[in-house]
Formats: sequence, structure tokens, C-alpha cells
Amino acid sequence: MSVKILVPIKRVSDPDNANKIKVAPGGAAIDAGGLEWKINPFDEYALETALRLTENGAQPKQREGEVVVVSFGPKEVEPILRSALATGASRAIRVEAEDSQLDGGVVAAALKTLVEAEKPDWVILGKQAVDGDSNQVGQMLAELLDAPMATFAATIKEEADGRLLVGREVDGGLHKVRLTGPGVITVDLRVVAPESVYSNKTDPSFKYQEGVRFAPLPAIMQAKKKPLDTKTLAELTDKTAAMNYTKFELPAGRKAGSKVASVAELVAKLTNEAKVL
Amino acid sequence: MQNVLILAELGEGKELKNATLSAIEFGYSCLATVGGSLDILVLGSDTKDAVATLKKHGAGKVIVVEDPAFAHYLAEEYAPTVASIASSYGLLVATATTFGKDLLPRVAARLGAAYATDVSGVVTDGGELSFRRPMFAGNAIGYTTLKTAQKVVTVRQSEVQAHEAGGGESSVETAQRVAPSGNARSRIEHVALETVQSERPDLGDAKIVVSGGRALKERFFEVLEPLANTLGAALGASRAAVDAGYCPGDFQVGQTGKIVAPTLYFAIGISGAIQHIAGMKNSKVIVAINKDPDAPIFQVADYGLVADLFTAVPELVTALKNR
Repeated sequence: MSVKILVPIKRVSDPDNANKIKVAPGGAAIDAGGLEWKINPFDEYALETALRLTENGAQPKQREGEVVVVSFGPKEVEPILRSALATGASRAIRVEAEDSQLDGGVVAAALKTLVEAEKPDWVILGKQAVDGDSNQVGQMLAELLDAPMATFAATIKEEADGRLLVGREVDGGLHKVRLTGPGVITVDLRVVAPESVYSNKTDPSFKYQEGVRFAPLPAIMQAKKKPLDTKTLAELTDKTAAMNYTKFELPAGRKAGSKVASVAELVAKLTNEAKVL
Repeated sequence: MQNVLILAELGEGKELKNATLSAIEFGYSCLATVGGSLDILVLGSDTKDAVATLKKHGAGKVIVVEDPAFAHYLAEEYAPTVASIASSYGLLVATATTFGKDLLPRVAARLGAAYATDVSGVVTDGGELSFRRPMFAGNAIGYTTLKTAQKVVTVRQSEVQAHEAGGGESSVETAQRVAPSGNARSRIEHVALETVQSERPDLGDAKIVVSGGRALKERFFEVLEPLANTLGAALGASRAAVDAGYCPGDFQVGQTGKIVAPTLYFAIGISGAIQHIAGMKNSKVIVAINKDPDAPIFQVADYGLVADLFTAVPELVTALKNR
């Protein structure tokens, strides 16, 4: 039985430089000028998860199933799709759209139409994009599809019958749920640890390398020949964005305090000056 | 229609989470701007204690749906009931815990409502509610309106104080569970909730948080537990410490982990990556202990101690005990 997984990915401004974000005069827009574009890190983990679920970990060159990636945006999002094709996805779809046309509800509605056409066993995506930090597309999509979901996934084990045992990282612990597909999974940071994700073809004693895989050069060349289709947003949904950002500002900075010379001085200051002990 | 419905959060269908009180506080701040009334919705398998607490918060009514099906939380089980009751309200609010963040977008999609997550405040913009929310790992703040008739938000607990009891006793009304139809619920099964039993307060509620970084190595608990126990503090950690396996994942403080704002925050052996600072910079007083005098954490700390943590922390525990 061959598994098919759809992985929606988003292009975001480089999160490692998020502290260089500026706000345009008047606060009307975010100015990410000068920042590089990257794949949203959580979506990169989702792609790695999908690859692990469609292979025997010991033979990663042989794909035991299909991974399809999709991204919404102008032509400039194609590099992240090509890069996903190079790491092992077999097909890519770009949905032509301007950022201003999109919000979580619109993307979820468009993905619903795409899922109905593609019929994947699983949709796996990042728990949130690190630009808007909105954390909602996966949950909305699951509801629109009347499908089960597991958010904040940190561990995924494919069982012999193809069901997924998912460990969700929740406040206070790990919530384990079992999903029968088709379903939606949103992944958290630790899903790319060496022993987090196993397909039922991978030996349970196998350990992955920490983090996501990188494409070797020949794969990058081959990826240029893999199919990348384009659709328009209007083909997938007539829904329009309901979130309307009217103003942005930078957060108040925090000033550095003082150094203390000893533990005794620290306790004295916390007691007498800050009055928090 | 701007009436507000607050969704309470109960641990394992029973124990009221303090996080709920921040959602109530936020709900009242929306009312102060646009008028209307506020009710509280409770789903659980044993709601008696939670209802006794919640009815002291001055809400118009507390709506209770008690059913064994709610003993273990699953969004697929909760969403139909929450959406059905919320459909007659203008605004649905919960706290942005992993419960709220999991459930409310699903309910919003069911209602056809727009949803804003992790909201830190509210203002009015041309008579409409405009929700203030941190974005870009806390490096920018955005204000958004939601252009649907019904609106759904989750509230960041660290940015909104807990509502204090008062304002008269609410009436209590019971409602029936709406059994899920369709496929979603039948295709998911609760297996287990693995929690670590601890006498310490929840990370999100704690007045004092003691967090450790990778520098603690395998001695994370040995070094930090005595300090946390002495102060009645919650334990937290940097992503590096969690990734290295020195402590569980739910300890992580940071933009992608737990956002906290206690009265007193100890960053011990934590260098101060942007990601971590985004999760704790709104703490009232920050103390950093690190042997690297140039560690970025000192740029946000009120009190910095350049020292070897393996000697400084035990010394601190002794000093606190001898106070």
C-alpha cells in the first residue's frame, strides 16, 4: 500500500533575522526589506516528516509512496518548491496569489479543494508559519474536510495497518492519539529528532540524523525536471480574506539592568530593590 | 451582536485551569469597548468544582455541558458542542494554551468565523474590535479586525491578567452535548495523556520561573530543582536544553514553546537566543546567571551575575533558605 502525503509549505522572511523587522512609516505595513526568504522552518520539518513516512529509513533514495508539495504566492515562491522536489517530493503545485489575498481561512478553503482533487492519505504541515505566527490552517482544513487531526505533533509511528500513532506536545505532557486517514497533522520542533518518526517500513532500531535532510547536487539538478504545476486561487476558492491588518508597531524594548558581583548582592537586590522575594 | 462567550478549560474534563481566568478578563475588556453581555461555557465530565469557581466571576450565566464523552479532550469531540452554543454569540474567547490553539480554529472553521490567535489586547477601530497580536516571534505587533459576523480569538495568558472573582453570582444553565456526526471523531482515538506529576505550579501560571539552558548538561534537575522548590517556582528551559534531552519538551520557554511573564524569571546557563527572549521578555524582573559576560541574555536581564552556575546556584539556594 502506497502512502500519499500532501505538504503545504510557505515562504517567510528569514526567522533568524526577525529582530531586523521594521515597520513602514505610519505603521501601515511590515517592512521585511533586506531580509532573505526561506521556507517556514515548521514546514521544512513537515516535509522531512512526510519523507520519513514514505520510505524505509535505511534506503532513503527509494520512495515508498508519494509526497506532493504546494505553496501559495507569486512566482518567487518557486525556489522553495524546487528545493522540496530536490529533497524527495515528486510533484509541486504553486497556487498563484498575492499575500494580501490570503489569510488562514482562505488558505484552508483552497487546500480543501486541492485535497479533494489529490486525495492524499495525510496532509502534513507546520504548526504555524513564523511570520504571522497564526497557527490555524491545519485545524481549519481538518474541520472543512471532516477529518481527524493531530496538532503539535512531536512523534509519529505508522502502525502495520497504516494508522498513525501521534504524540502531541501539549501543556503539561504528551498527548497520544491514534488517527485513521485521511487526516491532518501539524508538526512541532521535535518531530525531526532521530527517533521521532517511523514509517512501518523502517526498522524500529533505525536512527535518523538529527534535523532535516539536505539534497545532494544531482538531486538538485533532477528536481528541475520534476513537474511543477500552477493553479490560480480562484480555481480553488472564492473565499476572500477576513483578517485585515490595519496597523503595525514594534514592541517596546527592554533595557539591560545591572550586573551584581555576588550571590549575596543578588539576594539583597531582589529583596530590597526589586521587592520580588 | 457582540455578546461574548468564554470557553473554560478543564484538565481531563475536571480540574479548572487558571488560564481560563485570562480569557474572562479579556472578554470583559471587549465588553467595555462595545457593550453586550458575557457568558461562560464549560465542557467536562465532572464540572462541579469548576462551575462553583466560574459562577463567582459576574458572568450573565454559566452554561454547563457535562458528559462522560468529555473526560479526555479531543477537538473532534468538543468542536460540535462548542460551535453549536457559540453560534448565538458574536465573539468566542479561550486562552491560547495548547487546548485553545487546537480547538478554537476548528470551531471557527465550523462557524465560518475568522480567527485570531495569541491575542494580547483589544482596541476599537471605527467601532470595530481590533485585536492586537505579536507576530514575527514577538518582533512586531499587528492590529487586525475580523470581517466575519462571528469572531473567534485565543488570548495569550502571559499578556492578560487573571480575572478576579466578583460582580455577583451567575445563574447556571445546563445544555446537551451535540454528538459528532461524520467521519472526524470516529477516525481519532485518545490513547493516553502522559503527564509528569509535580507539586510545582504550571509554567503558565507560576509567579516565579526557574529556567535552565544547555550549560546544565545532565545535571539539569539536580541543580535547578532545589532552587525551584525553595522558591515554589515552575521549571522552564531553553530550546537547546530540551533538544539535548536534559528535560521534557513541555518545559520549553520561547516563541515556539511556552510564553511566560512571571514576576521573577531566572535564566540560568541560557545564552539568550531571540527565540528564547521572545518567550520571557515580559517578565517583571529577569535574573541571568551565566559565566559568559557577553551572553545576550544580559541585555534583557535586570540583574546579571557572571558566575559558574554549578557553584552560584547552590550558593543561592543556601542564601535563600537562610533569609
